[in-house]
Amino acid sequence: MMKTENNIETEKTSEVSKKKEMIMFLSGSEEKEHFLSKANRKLLTDPLDDNNPITVQVLGICSALAITVQLKPAIVMSLAVVFVMAFSNMIISILRNSIPSRIRIIVQLVVVATMVILVDQILKAFAYDVSKQLSIFIGLIITNCIIMGRLEAFALGNGIYKSFLDGVGNAAGYGLILIIVAFFRELFGSGTLLGYEVIPEAVYAAGYEDNGFFLLSPMALVVVGVVIWVQRSRNRKLIEEN
Amino acid sequence: MDKNSNAYTFIFAILMVLVVAAGLSLVATSLQPMQAENVRQEKMQDILKTIGVETDRAGAEELFDKYITEQLSLDHEGNVKEDVSAFQVNLARELKKPIEEQSLPIYVADYEGANYYIVPLRGKGLWDAIWGYVALKDDINTIVGVTFDHKGETAGLGAEITTTWFQEQFKDEKVFNENGDLVGVIVEKGYKNPTKGDNKVDYISGATITGDGVTDMIKERLSRYLPYFNAKKDAGLEVAIR
Repeated sequence: MMKTENNIETEKTSEVSKKKEMIMFLSGSEEKEHFLSKANRKLLTDPLDDNNPITVQVLGICSALAITVQLKPAIVMSLAVVFVMAFSNMIISILRNSIPSRIRIIVQLVVVATMVILVDQILKAFAYDVSKQLSIFIGLIITNCIIMGRLEAFALGNGIYKSFLDGVGNAAGYGLILIIVAFFRELFGSGTLLGYEVIPEAVYAAGYEDNGFFLLSPMALVVVGVVIWVQRSRNRKLIEEN
Repeated sequence: MDKNSNAYTFIFAILMVLVVAAGLSLVATSLQPMQAENVRQEKMQDILKTIGVETDRAGAEELFDKYITEQLSLDHEGNVKEDVSAFQVNLARELKKPIEEQSLPIYVADYEGANYYIVPLRGKGLWDAIWGYVALKDDINTIVGVTFDHKGETAGLGAEITTTWFQEQFKDEKVFNENGDLVGVIVEKGYKNPTKGDNKVDYISGATITGDGVTDMIKERLSRYLPYFNAKKDAGLEVAIR
């Protein structure tokens, strides 16, 4: 009698510990959390404002210059980055306990590059026109330092689900700035939005001209600067002490 | 196994590379037919567009078979090479050969009762290759339409050669000057008077080098077809005299 009870007891504990292990593996913390608990929501929303990769961490500036001349490529680029970042974060998180630390950067690069090539190939087969629009920029996602940064700083030490959220959040924060910058550059540089004329002919007739300077890279930096300025005057805790 | 040992690191790296390589080649080979089909249909679409036939990619093949009556490969003396299929000619590869060995593809179209000669173009932009098609009327002088495309020109600047406004300018422009010399169409910086027939069109601000690339490409490619054009013109004259 005693024996069987004991057995049941140990079976129960082993089941519980298995479940705990699973939670540990998936979320990286011991407590079972609600899928959209406060901490998890923070992973998604923090990079949009307080910890934005472009305006606060000043990462990924180079691609923010290159593809923000028009709105449409900026939007598609943002979506591609969301995909690449979410899934490479997840993959690295799955492998986090088996990656040899000496070659971890190479492993991260390989994972990101694989994702990018996948996106590129799929776009070429199923969304040929979009893939043509983005041309070389899809390949350049590999060099986006935000992705490597998140893999190194977050996915290597956190569970799969959290890493997924972190990837989506940071890519969204990146995309948000891209879209804001592209909006102003296309509007003032070409007088269009998503390719449609938005500035009425009457304004041109009155002497208004598109500002070609907005199409050149330096203007992207100026616009990013203005975005940072607006963000900091709205969100005072971002301002450094001295 | 010790995760920091050399053996583990090597095994991990080798396994990772094998998995990634196998996965990517599987995806690439399974998507390849769809991608090749997209490229083929786009080529037909581009050729048709020069003579004013607008179609979507899916419908391109049918119209192409209908309107394109001849697909010829020429040698540098204007003779037809019977054994080379014009549509299969890879211009990028041909341009690397000496002119004596090149195959020069040309398409003859019969659209709404008029004959057109369509010449594929390929040259250098600022960053990478640019290419396109130019369709000439029966007089082998007046342009009916052009299409341009590029591999890696800057979005909003050099990439604008794919836009309608830029390509529209070439319509009704001549490629021979008043003395009968081939000059092509010159993309000129600061060109202010949009007169037709002066062998000049306006450039894209901020994309002078891409524009020069277009100028050079048109002249270089068309000059290769001169023996064929001259033969055609002579034949035309003879018919007129008789």
